[in-house]
This record gives sequence, structure tokens and C-alpha cells, in this order.
Amino acid sequence: SSNEHKLNFKKSKEACLSYIQDALLQKQWKRAAEFLICYVESLEKDYSREHVGPSEMIWRIGTEILWHHSHSSMKEFNCFMEQMKTLGVKRYLKVCLEHVFHLLCNGQIDEAYQNLSLAESWRFGEQTAIQDKEMKLIQAYRGLLDYYSWSKQKNILLEHDEDGFSDLTVEQEMHSYFRKAAVNLKEIIKIPGVWDVFVKCYVDLLEFYGDHNEARQVLNEYAYNSKFPANPNAHVYLYQFLKRQGESKKSLISALKILHDIVPSHELMIDFNTMLQKSKKRKKRRLGLEVIFAALDYAGWKENTKAWSCLARQVKQIVISGKHLDWIQQEWSSRKDWWPAFHFSRYLAKRNWQENESLSYEKALVAGILLGKDCKYFKYVSHQGCKAQLKRFRGLKKFVNRHNPVYLRISG
Amino acid sequence: RDFNERCAQCSEVNWGLTDGGRFYCRSCHNVTERTREVVNTDFITNSRVQTISKGSRKQEKNDGGCEWYICEGFQLVLKKQAEALEALGVCPQMKDEILRNFWRCYLQKSKQAYCKRPAGETVKTLSVCESSTDVDSDSERPSLLHLLSLSESEGDLQTDCSFASSVSKVSESTSVYSGSVDGSSYLMKNQKEKLRMTMPMTLSFCYMALLWLREPITLSELLRFVVEGHIPYLNVFQHFPEKMKLCGLDLKIFCVESWPVYEEVFDKMNELAAYLDLPRFPDITDSCFLHPDMLCMKYLMEANLPDELHNWTCRVVKKIGVGEVDFLTLMPGNKSTRKVKYDVLAAAIIVVVLKLLFLLDDRYEWLLSEFAEERNKHNTEGSPYFEFKKWYEVVKQSLDVELKKLDEERAKYLWRCEKPLFYSVKNKSKVLKRRQMVVNLQNQFGKLSGSVRRAEKPNPSSFQLSWSEENTDGSCFHGHSLRGILREKCGLLTTMNPDYWLCTVKLCNEKLCGHLAHYREVEFPQSYHFVLGLFSFLLRIQPSSIHDEVCMIEHKLFNKKLCKKLKYNTVLRK
Repeated sequence: SSNEHKLNFKKSKEACLSYIQDALLQKQWKRAAEFLICYVESLEKDYSREHVGPSEMIWRIGTEILWHHSHSSMKEFNCFMEQMKTLGVKRYLKVCLEHVFHLLCNGQIDEAYQNLSLAESWRFGEQTAIQDKEMKLIQAYRGLLDYYSWSKQKNILLEHDEDGFSDLTVEQEMHSYFRKAAVNLKEIIKIPGVWDVFVKCYVDLLEFYGDHNEARQVLNEYAYNSKFPANPNAHVYLYQFLKRQGESKKSLISALKILHDIVPSHELMIDFNTMLQKSKKRKKRRLGLEVIFAALDYAGWKENTKAWSCLARQVKQIVISGKHLDWIQQEWSSRKDWWPAFHFSRYLAKRNWQENESLSYEKALVAGILLGKDCKYFKYVSHQGCKAQLKRFRGLKKFVNRHNPVYLRISG
Repeated sequence: RDFNERCAQCSEVNWGLTDGGRFYCRSCHNVTERTREVVNTDFITNSRVQTISKGSRKQEKNDGGCEWYICEGFQLVLKKQAEALEALGVCPQMKDEILRNFWRCYLQKSKQAYCKRPAGETVKTLSVCESSTDVDSDSERPSLLHLLSLSESEGDLQTDCSFASSVSKVSESTSVYSGSVDGSSYLMKNQKEKLRMTMPMTLSFCYMALLWLREPITLSELLRFVVEGHIPYLNVFQHFPEKMKLCGLDLKIFCVESWPVYEEVFDKMNELAAYLDLPRFPDITDSCFLHPDMLCMKYLMEANLPDELHNWTCRVVKKIGVGEVDFLTLMPGNKSTRKVKYDVLAAAIIVVVLKLLFLLDDRYEWLLSEFAEERNKHNTEGSPYFEFKKWYEVVKQSLDVELKKLDEERAKYLWRCEKPLFYSVKNKSKVLKRRQMVVNLQNQFGKLSGSVRRAEKPNPSSFQLSWSEENTDGSCFHGHSLRGILREKCGLLTTMNPDYWLCTVKLCNEKLCGHLAHYREVEFPQSYHFVLGLFSFLLRIQPSSIHDEVCMIEHKLFNKKLCKKLKYNTVLRK
């Protein structure tokens, strides 16, 4: 006879676990605790063949319950975490780290720092080498907290400067925090990974102390080293740095180029387009048009007046000059099937007009050029605008009417 | 061997066993000269017997423990179980007489006591912590790991090999580890020869004794009481005296990690009865609780079915002869008769009766119910017509609640107890630390869970579902009438339903595949599945077990027709 239905320890605990999971998903913390009490018995059995053992389960589940349960206190939480640290030596540093995160979320910076220091000094035979990555993270976060302290000291110093005081002790403390932070932050960003917060802090430190070369090197590494995962923020940080340094437009543009490739909808695309439009080089202007069209493909940009004004300006400029109409044609050919419904419907015309007159103005210009003076959007908005006796709408109407043949050219 | 002779004095067949191993008639207390062949009243004393009967022991070892044998452990277990049963209302004779005698008989048969010195066994057993210098016999001594894998108990304990392997690393020449004297050799024994004692078998002993006395407890009830904690089973070793230290292989023997399965306990009981060469058990007559007529009544009440159905169950019982004394009474060693599971039989009879009356093909029963509903609207006097639909709704609701409760209880089950277990002294501290952590965590989360954990178990009850006639909401169907579904034919009451479908046309060979039929839910009507599910819950067994029994009954009932029309479709006209 089959023993599948036999109720035994293992099955009973499996059932218990699924009840816990259900309760957690429904945020029933009390009920989850009820079942967890029964589940903890699993610690007394050997589960070495399982992928995730009961001690890890209990750590994760217990953390969730204690964090969310209304009656649980930080004290209890900390006590629980200490127990969990003793449960699995292979997870020791991970548990420490997550504990630190919780403390930080709760605003207990000092306790978090203490825990990090304690964890840093942990040694356990070959485990120390195995958990090397976690150790680096712990050091990095300690560096981060050092940076935070440095930052506080810096602000105090600046205040005192304003008031005319000079404070040696504060300054010395500040420098010591800098040294501690720099050492650890530098280490972690050597390892390929996503370290946005560490990089930002480190660069901030370097800039303050005037080491711009190092800062530039760090940012370049972070953005361009192929070992690091593709990270749009890396390019953003680099761009912002270069801007602060007053670098040439050329280097700014090259920094943003990759960002456009990775995230065409990034908010910096407006800056990018603005720079490109003004460029003397034809290629750059061409790129600018591409950039702004690409950004407006995204729903999040539909009502972005600035973006539309960029596009409108560039389109207007091209139309007036009469040159490079083929650029518009190229950009429009892949969009003419869906942009009309996406951006230029009659419904949107009404809504845009009601909610945001400037937006409707810019859009109407673009619509008028791309779709001709008879398109719904342009007709409605320009009519409304003229009715309201707004001067610029009259100008708009004239402009579009005058250049209607352009539409005929680009739509063919 | 059968002992079916009628008593010389009172002509009854109602035998018991005296201490001396003789048969005595229970009705008139006439002691016969007939003794059991194996009973050897000349107890040859050996050290073993001395230690058991007199309780004297070899001097205590340095850890406060003493020498003890596995069978002593089981003896204690049985004692505790018997005491618990007595507390539940079973007559004291069970503990004082019957169980004791059965146990002694077993010990004799298996040559663990009350007999000549067991061959070779004392030589092999070694006590704990004594490192043997006998290097020559190392090759014969099995490794710990080998022994762990031999036993038929659950895989969970086998994964604790990590603990065990650390022991075997300690010293190659130490004996295999156990707190008891004969733990290691116990597991090595050839099972077939000696019918090695196991924890589930203790329940077989209990049931056997209960059956001998014809106590009003069915096997399913017994097992349910075990799960509910009224009868010691899980962690029963807590009650061992302090000086009986349990460790190493003892754990494999006494630690239970799963609930006993009905079939397992039942089969073992029959094996045991044959092994002990017991005579025919006391008769199960129609005044016994275990007789299908009685049990059907109980289950009909519990299932909230009309009392009138009892007439039908009795009719079926009579027709197929399952109410006969010879059919019901246990004859150990008689391999040709199918052993009777009284509770399953009664449940299956009810299912068959329901099929007879309502067909249960997911159509007819609802039609009948509609008619009954109509009639009930116009009929305000007398007992209402039984409406299958209403019954289904009421029972399903209660059943669902109970099933959910049961499921949660199973998930919340606490298997460990205060007394810690460890394989060896080496991992004792680890085990204790873990235990402490578990207790701490339980306390910590206990504060957050809000509910107070039940300190005591609920009182054991024979009825799991109860329905009161006093409820005005009409949720009790005991008094309802079957008028609407019966008609008269030639002066006899018969069913309106002319059809019947067989669960299976051909029975399987039980000896080959273990079942008479193979139940798959999707192949049968939902109503049938529901009814099976109801009794499956009440008896705490798989629906397939009841289904098997239903098939058996149907084949008996329709035997003649089946023989004639083997090639027909499965719907027969009665």
C-alpha cells in the first residue's frame, strides 16, 4: 500500500510552512506567528539535504513577522536577530547585514554602526574566506556610515565658518571620517557591481578634497568598464560630474550618448537634445532630432511641455530653413502609423487644451507640420486658440498654413 | 491452532488464558487441562528473566543509567497504553490480564524471556561506552550506518546519519551505539522469524486485547485517540524512568515520526495473533458493539442520516451474511478467511444502502430530493420527507469545517517533547542547545500569536459529529422519513430506485496488489465521492479503503447476477 498519505513529521511541517506562507501573503502576522511556533521544531531535525533549511526559513519568516507585527518591539527584533546569528554560521554575515538594514530603516544609525563594526571583526576559520563578499559589503556600509558622519561634521564646519568660528576638533574629526570612509568605499567599487550609493558618496568626498582626477577616473571606470553591469545611473553621475567641472559640450554629449542608447526615455534627454540642437555639426543636430522623437515615444512624456517645445523648435527651424526635411521624413516614417492616435487624437486635443494651453500649442505646431493643417488636433487647438484671441495661436495658424506643402512632402 | 471446543461445563466457546497458560472458560470459569504447546511453565531462570521479573539490575553505570533491554521498554509502553485505555473506560481486565498474557506469550515465542537462554544473543550485545578490545570480531559487527538503513522506520531518522557517522568515527572498535543493552542486535534480527516488536505493533497488541474483550472501541477510534493524544504513543519514552537512558539506536526503535496507519496496525495484529497461536477469539454476536448492526446505527447517527436506514443496513447485512458469528469472529492463523475490519465494513454497508436507495449517480438523488421537497411543502404533519439535497448541504458544511480544523491541527502538530533525544553523548550539548533555542523562539512568537495554546487536550469523544433533534433549524435528519423513496411490492418494502451501478465489475486479487479495487475520484460520481469522503473523515482512513469494502459487499450482494451476466454493462436491474 502506498504510504503517500501517511502523516509524518516532514509532511506535517510542509503543511505548516504553507500555512505560514499564506498568512504572510495576506499580512496576517498573528496567524503566521501561530504557525511559526509549530514550525520551529524543525530545527531539531537534520535537513542537510534540503536546499533551503529550516533555520533559514525561520530567520526570514521571523524577520518579516517581527518587523510588521504591531506588538513587536525593536528590542525583541534585535534579540531575535542575535539568536539567528548563532543558528547558521554560514549565514552569519548575511544576517548581520540584514539586521543592519533594518536598524537603518528604523533610524538607529549608531546601533547599525556598532553592529557593522562587530561583524567586521568576526573571524571563523575558513568561513571568513568563504563569506568574503559579505564582508566587503559590511565594510562598504560602514564606510557609508562614516561618510554620513563626515557629512554631518562638514555641515557643522560650514555653519561655524559662516559664523566666523573656526573649530579644529570638528575639522579633525571630519578628516578622520573621510579617511575611514574613503578606504572602504574605494574597495567596494573595485568589484564589478551596482554601487550607485557608494560611488556617489565617494565622488562627493573626492570632489570636496579637490581630487578631481581620481573622481573622474572612478566615474569613468564605473560607466565604461565592461565588467560592470550596464547601469544608466553610471552615465548620469559621470555627466553631472563633467557638468560641474565645466567640461566641454563635446565631452558632455559623449557622456549622454550611451545613456540615450540604454534609456531613450531618460529625463536628461531634454538636456541632451538642447545641446545637440545648438551644435554646429550636422550629425549632432540630426542626432538631436532622433533623441527627442525617441523620448516622446514613451507614454510618460506625453504631457511633457518642455519636450514638446524642444521638438517643436527643432521642427520649426528645419521647416523654415527648408533644409533637411528628409530628417523629419525619416523620423516620421516609422511613427506615422501610431503617433496620430497616441498623441494627436481629438480627445487629447480637447484635454490638452483644457489642462495645459502651452502643451497644446507646442503639440499643435508639431501636428500641423507632420499631419497638415487639416488634422484634427491642429484644427481644434488652433480654432480654440484663435477664438480665445491668443496672439501666438494666430501666428501658429499662419505658420502652419504657410508651410502646408511641407506636410505633403514628408507624408509621401 | 484453533481452540473451538465447547466448554465441558457450560458448552460455551468463550476462552481466556490463565497466568499459567491454560485455557479457562470465561462463562463458568472452568479451567481446562488444555495448555498451549509452547507454554513452558518451568521457567528456566537466566539473568534476563531475573532482571525482568525481579527488577534487580546490574549496578548502575556512571551516568546514572542502568542496563535495560528493548523488550522492557516496550513493556512499559504497553503498560502506559493500557492505563490510558483504562482511564477511557476500558475494563481493567484488559490491562491486568489479557494484555499481560498476550505480551508474555509474545516474549516466550520470540525467545526474549520466559524461556531457555536465547541462542547467541547475549554474546553479541555489548553495553554502551565500553570500548571493546575484541578486534577479531570487528568484521562481524555491522557499522552504525548499515544498521540505520536496515530498519523499516521513516527516512527522516536516516538522515540523522550525520550524527551517527560522527559516532562511528570516534572509535572503530566500539560496539554499535545504544542506550539499551540489545538495541543494535534488535535491529539486526531477521524479521520474518521473530516478528520484531515495533511501536505501531504496540497498538496492534492493544487492539488485539480490546478485540478479545469485545470492548466498544473500533480500531479507527483507537488510532484517533492516539493522534489526539489520549493514548501514549508519540514521545512515550518520556515516561521511561530516569535510569533507562535512551540514545543511539534506541531512538530508531522508540521514536515515532509518523502516525500509525490503519492497515498497518490491522495487518500486524492479524500476524501477531497467528504468531502467538491464539485460539478463536470470543464470539462477536449481534449484541456486540462491533457487530455491523450496532456500528451501522452509530455511524448513521453520526452521518446525520435517517434512523429508518437502519432497517436497510440490517437487511443487507443479513443478505450477504456479514452478520454471522463465524464471519465476524477472528480465527487467527486461518488464512483463507478475509479478516474483518468492523468499522470499515459498517461504513461500506451504509454506502451500499445509500447507493441502493439513491443510486448516487449525480442525477437521481437530486431528482428524488426535488420530489421530497415538493411533498414537504404540502406536508406539515408527521416527520418530514428526507431531502438528499438538504442533508448534503448541512453535512457538507459541517464536514468542511471539521476538515479544515483537522488540516490545521495536522500542520500545527508538535512532535517534539521536553525530553531531548540524542544519538550519543557527543551531540548531547548540541541537541540541548537546539532544544533551548526552539523553546525560546516559541515563547517569543507565542507572545505575538495572541491565542493561548491549548494546555489540555479536548475530552475524547466517540462521536465527532453530533446532531441534535432539538435544533429547530431542521439540521438533524435522524427522524426524517424515507417514505418518498420507497414503495411496496409483494408486501415488501422496496426502493423506488430500480437501478444500481457496480463500483467494479471484477475484483482485483488482493494478495497481488493489496487492493480489491483501485479508486480514482474522477471515475466516480461526485455524490459517491462525497459519501466516501464523509466516512473517510470519520474513520480517518483513505477513501480507497472504504471503496474496497464497498466493492466486496457489492460482489457478495449481486453474486448470482454477476455470475450470469459477466459480460453485461455495469448497470444492473435489481
